[in-house]
Amino acid sequence: MNPRLAIWVVNGLLAGLAAVSLFPLLWMVSVSFMPAGAASTLPTPLLPATVTLANYRQLFGSIGMGRYLLNSLGIAAFATVISVSFNVMAGYAFAKLRFRGRDAIFKTLLGALVIPGQVAMLPLFLMLKPLGLINSYGGAIVPAMASVFGIFLVRQFARGIPDDLLEAARIDGASEWRIFITIIVPLLRPMLATLAIFSFLGSWNDFMWPLIVLTDDSLHTLPVALAGLSREHVQDSELMMAGSVVTVLPVLVLFLALQRQYMEGLMAGGVKG
Amino acid sequence: MRRPGAIGWALAAPALVVIAVFFALPVIAGLALSLTDFDLYALADLSTLRFVGLANYGHLLRTPLFWQALGNTLYFVAVGVPVSIGLSLGAALLLNSRFARWQPFFRTALFAPVVTTVVAVAVIWRYLLHTRYGLINQALAAIGVDPVDWLGDPHWSMPAIILFAAWRNFGYNMIILLAALQAVPRELYESARVDGAGALRQFTDLTFPMLTPTLVMVGIMTISGYFQLFAEPYVMTQGGPLRSTVSVLYFMYEEGFRWWNLGNASAVAFLLFVVIFSVSWVLLRFDREPGSNA
Repeated sequence: MNPRLAIWVVNGLLAGLAAVSLFPLLWMVSVSFMPAGAASTLPTPLLPATVTLANYRQLFGSIGMGRYLLNSLGIAAFATVISVSFNVMAGYAFAKLRFRGRDAIFKTLLGALVIPGQVAMLPLFLMLKPLGLINSYGGAIVPAMASVFGIFLVRQFARGIPDDLLEAARIDGASEWRIFITIIVPLLRPMLATLAIFSFLGSWNDFMWPLIVLTDDSLHTLPVALAGLSREHVQDSELMMAGSVVTVLPVLVLFLALQRQYMEGLMAGGVKG
Repeated sequence: MRRPGAIGWALAAPALVVIAVFFALPVIAGLALSLTDFDLYALADLSTLRFVGLANYGHLLRTPLFWQALGNTLYFVAVGVPVSIGLSLGAALLLNSRFARWQPFFRTALFAPVVTTVVAVAVIWRYLLHTRYGLINQALAAIGVDPVDWLGDPHWSMPAIILFAAWRNFGYNMIILLAALQAVPRELYESARVDGAGALRQFTDLTFPMLTPTLVMVGIMTISGYFQLFAEPYVMTQGGPLRSTVSVLYFMYEEGFRWWNLGNASAVAFLLFVVIFSVSWVLLRFDREPGSNA
């Protein structure tokens, strides 16, 4: 093929795909600023004729979206801090420290990746009930406090740390805990950002478990609240688009800010979180 | 000398305890639960709980809605996975092409839907797919296609959900396939070109064989993910119309948390696990078969 034509074809197709990928998101933002009912007219408008913040006012006013936003932020932040800490500790231990049963346990963990999480959901619900964790933030967080994928990712990365470095520190008399905090954690810092964004996105976007465990309306996360609202307000497309913006925008911004770390983690792991 | 074994255990313990208590234990308990008649009465008073053996499984296999849910899910997987991965592969090849410009921008743009919340983007798509005001039907009208009742016609509801899922997910595998493509040495293409191989020959004889292991892995991950279809029908169709989008997990959710038949619902979860496991196993065997990727 003629190279100039090839450049046009390849970039034209890419531009088309990019337009399809981004259009629904841009349209969501546009409709969220339209007055009620404006999107349900023919021909369907692409841009608001008059810009209004009424949908956002209603969302954060009478609907109480602020509460759901805080719930989502709090649950995702807690789950992220705890799971990053636990996964880093375990990942380093599996990579660099010898302990009895290490390899057998690691193989079992990898094997467990084939079991879909939903298999554990019903019994977990029954187990958390007597503990008082149903209908509490704790219940939404506990299953996310550690992940095999996270441990695997840290282990891959930590294996690259030279043993000599650890030996030298041991000879200098540093305790194992001190080595972990002052040498390992700083070396793993790029990995920490990757882990944190995976964990935050996973927790923020999770739907089925919070839907099951958070029965009380005031505890709902954004996706659970939005799913409920969209069943009630089927006709209010402008309001629902504003709700979608509030739900999607934080993670989209986070992704754009940390996309290098995210992509690198994805390519290193090549596995779904 | 301190014992390094103790510190290893101490560091691994918190994560292992979480996984053991909140995952391994429930999985085992789930297997036990699936052999009981746990229901609303047992929830109130455990003494009414009875061991029923495999009766839940037998009952499910005689429940038409379970078969319908399994059929719907298989439809979603059988069509949705090839469509999604095909799109991922096409996009990855375009991004990897030596003619591609603004690669970082395109990569980010195509990946953006992956990080979005399924529930929120499903809400958007419900309006894009609206029969009268949806932009998809208006675009189709422009090329002379009659309006399609995407989410109201049982023949079109699943294709609509597949379209949505492919849009949201293709960027994920695109990145993994792109990484695999970039690992193919450029010199191989140079020598193929010198040997006179055209673009198509380069793809079938060079790119595709090099990609096969990655494609199998991506295939298994995607199949396993697609079998877990839930949020999309929950938001877009509520399982309808005429139960055409009830997935296995949707069925499990209703059985477990609407009707509180937790024993039965656990059996559904395990049957889903068996199906996913068998399909993955077959695919892995296919990959290891010598010469199958030639």
